[in-house]
Amino acid sequence: MATRSMTRRITLAVTAVLSLVLAGCGAGGGGSAGDTKSINVLMVGNPQMVDIEKLTKDSFTKDTGIKVNYTILPENELRDKVTQDIATKAGQYDVATIGAYEVPIWSQNGWLTPLDSYADKDTKFDKADLIKPIVQALSGKDGKLYGLPFYGESSFLMYRKDVLKQKGITMPDHPTWDQVAKVAAQVDGAQPGMKGVCLRGLPGWGEMFAPLTTVVNTFGGTWFDKDWTPQVNAAPFEAAVNFYVNLVKAHGEPGAAQAGFTECLNAMSQGKVAMWYDATSAAGSLEDPSVSKVAGKVGYAFAPTKVTKSAGWLWAWAWAMPKTTKKADSASKFMLWASSKDYENLVGAKLGWPRVPAGKRESTYTNPNYAKAAAAFGQKTLQSIEAAKPDDPGVQARPTVGVQYVAVPEFQDLGTKVSQDIAAAIAGRGTVKEALDKGQQLALDVAKQYK
Amino acid sequence: MTATTTESRATATPPQQPPASRRRRQRKAKDDTSAEAGIGWTVLAWAITVIFFAPVAWMVLTSLHIEADAATNPPSILAKLTLQNYQALFNRGVAPFLINSAIASVGSTLLVLVLAIPASYALSIRPVEKWTDVMFFFLSTKFLPPIAALLPIYLLVQKAGMLDNILTLVILYTSMNLPIAVWMMRSFLAEVPVEILEAARIDGAGFVRTIVSVVMPIAAPGLAATSLICFIFSWNEFMFAVNLTSTTASTAPIFLVGFISSQGLFLAKLCAAATLVSLPVLIAGFAAQDKLVRGLSLGAVK
Repeated sequence: MATRSMTRRITLAVTAVLSLVLAGCGAGGGGSAGDTKSINVLMVGNPQMVDIEKLTKDSFTKDTGIKVNYTILPENELRDKVTQDIATKAGQYDVATIGAYEVPIWSQNGWLTPLDSYADKDTKFDKADLIKPIVQALSGKDGKLYGLPFYGESSFLMYRKDVLKQKGITMPDHPTWDQVAKVAAQVDGAQPGMKGVCLRGLPGWGEMFAPLTTVVNTFGGTWFDKDWTPQVNAAPFEAAVNFYVNLVKAHGEPGAAQAGFTECLNAMSQGKVAMWYDATSAAGSLEDPSVSKVAGKVGYAFAPTKVTKSAGWLWAWAWAMPKTTKKADSASKFMLWASSKDYENLVGAKLGWPRVPAGKRESTYTNPNYAKAAAAFGQKTLQSIEAAKPDDPGVQARPTVGVQYVAVPEFQDLGTKVSQDIAAAIAGRGTVKEALDKGQQLALDVAKQYK
Repeated sequence: MTATTTESRATATPPQQPPASRRRRQRKAKDDTSAEAGIGWTVLAWAITVIFFAPVAWMVLTSLHIEADAATNPPSILAKLTLQNYQALFNRGVAPFLINSAIASVGSTLLVLVLAIPASYALSIRPVEKWTDVMFFFLSTKFLPPIAALLPIYLLVQKAGMLDNILTLVILYTSMNLPIAVWMMRSFLAEVPVEILEAARIDGAGFVRTIVSVVMPIAAPGLAATSLICFIFSWNEFMFAVNLTSTTASTAPIFLVGFISSQGLFLAKLCAAATLVSLPVLIAGFAAQDKLVRGLSLGAVK
């Protein structure tokens, strides 16, 4: 009896301990470390990344013998994972896709491997062919290159040629925002259920504030001036946001406060809006008849302006190598391949030219195959990217490099919070002034850390 | 019981019986009210079923549309159906994720049962001293939100060299589900009549024999309910899986979120992935259905 109750107690104790001690029993190493013939790549699930996953085995792995294990995660999870991996020196990933926003921040933290030596050594890579503003956006403060571009984009205005023509309107190549607002009013309701313009109203620093910050820039505003004095409730910032909110409220898409890139792409490709100001990379989808009802009917104009000469944003997804990798050689080979002309040609030949990850090389736009596929928007895209000035996007000097964002870690939170209040204003709750006064306070807190 | 005796006694004494017509009327009236109530309940049950099932049906329907149709507003229900989204899933290699999920879920559920059955035996049938304190201790391990434990767990796992190892998830899910399983199994075992156990002991059955041949058959519905809950929790777990695995040990929920993209349309593919990933749970649920209904309605939640 005594032994039995003893056994029961021991069983209980073991169970209890197991439910408390969660892990850490040491045995067996999981990772695939030591095997230099395979690398781990972490990336976002954008269509271009899904394409490379398909093409790697029969091309890169076949040629080099290096196996590539891909992990696909949404943007936010990817950021968390890379941060975690590098901060704890776990070294689980050899390559990760990162955006232009992360490059200056992460390179300054010492998390990324400089890539100039790899890119210079490989003569076939032709580093000089990369579009200048893209290289600038992917360089750290020390001037070194920290990301090899996969594809790049700017922003421009997409409009329905047929609808404007029917109303007798010609869209200039370089429209102003006042002209766009006027056209939006004229074409609103041109077809049953059609609104004038789609502008992102979905809260998020990378959603609403991507196009909105370019409007702020061209209205003469900025988040911070050179010495980190916040300008969020200054007159030009407020004028820009008021203009944007009023335009969306009057002639924008229904449910604008919930509309981001995906919703606008959908509204435009379904013929529910006549104009859309957004990423140049959207044009490929709009011209693809299998997903778009407006293929061939869309015209393209440069990003609308107010007081600056150009206003387009600049963004690139790039391949970066975390400092913690143990397979730098294999990783660099993969990155150079993924960023090369050869890879673009491979995509063109295997999957079709409209799917080429463009916007990073001058040569892409002189390639006759691509030029034909992107006849409607190719040159405008290239010129928009070339016109972007990440170090001087507005009328005043800036503390960091970046057109539609401020390259500090706190900007994600700041931009998202302010955009939530502006989305509320779009939905008819609260005013722009209240939103921006609150934003100014938040921006002051950010500025304190950098002054 | 009383009604039956009265009636049988009434039948035995015919002179006191009310006229047959009146009896029929009475019975008919009673049947009508219960039939009306029955229809009411049926309609309500169906309405609730439809409400609960609608999102699932919508998910399956969306998964069979092309991306452009899936994203239209108002929704195009009658759009052409296609299997291309499912094809895309298999092209992306869903199998390793499903296998990992199966190992983590089945493995941890089995471990949980092996540990929880003796533990709950010692908490209900032959309770140890201060068994309520033990129960409270088990419950208390669920007080801390998992996110708060993430960092220490991550560091422990990393130091142990167990990152991206499916065994890590098996151990984690076992420890996460164990308290729930102990609580559930305890209340199921508490229903086992003491007399049966005594009878088994008199017949000479030992501890293991009693558990295997006497307790388990009685507690089978409870066991099924407990296993299914543990299985579902482990199958659906996302946070630890996303943080502790990278390439080789990722589970199905990680595969699922990979379809969320900031560029381009993804709703139809995401729905296809969600449908596929929820299938094993549905199958497990159907397989254990009859046991489950008894288990869930009799046991822990009564």
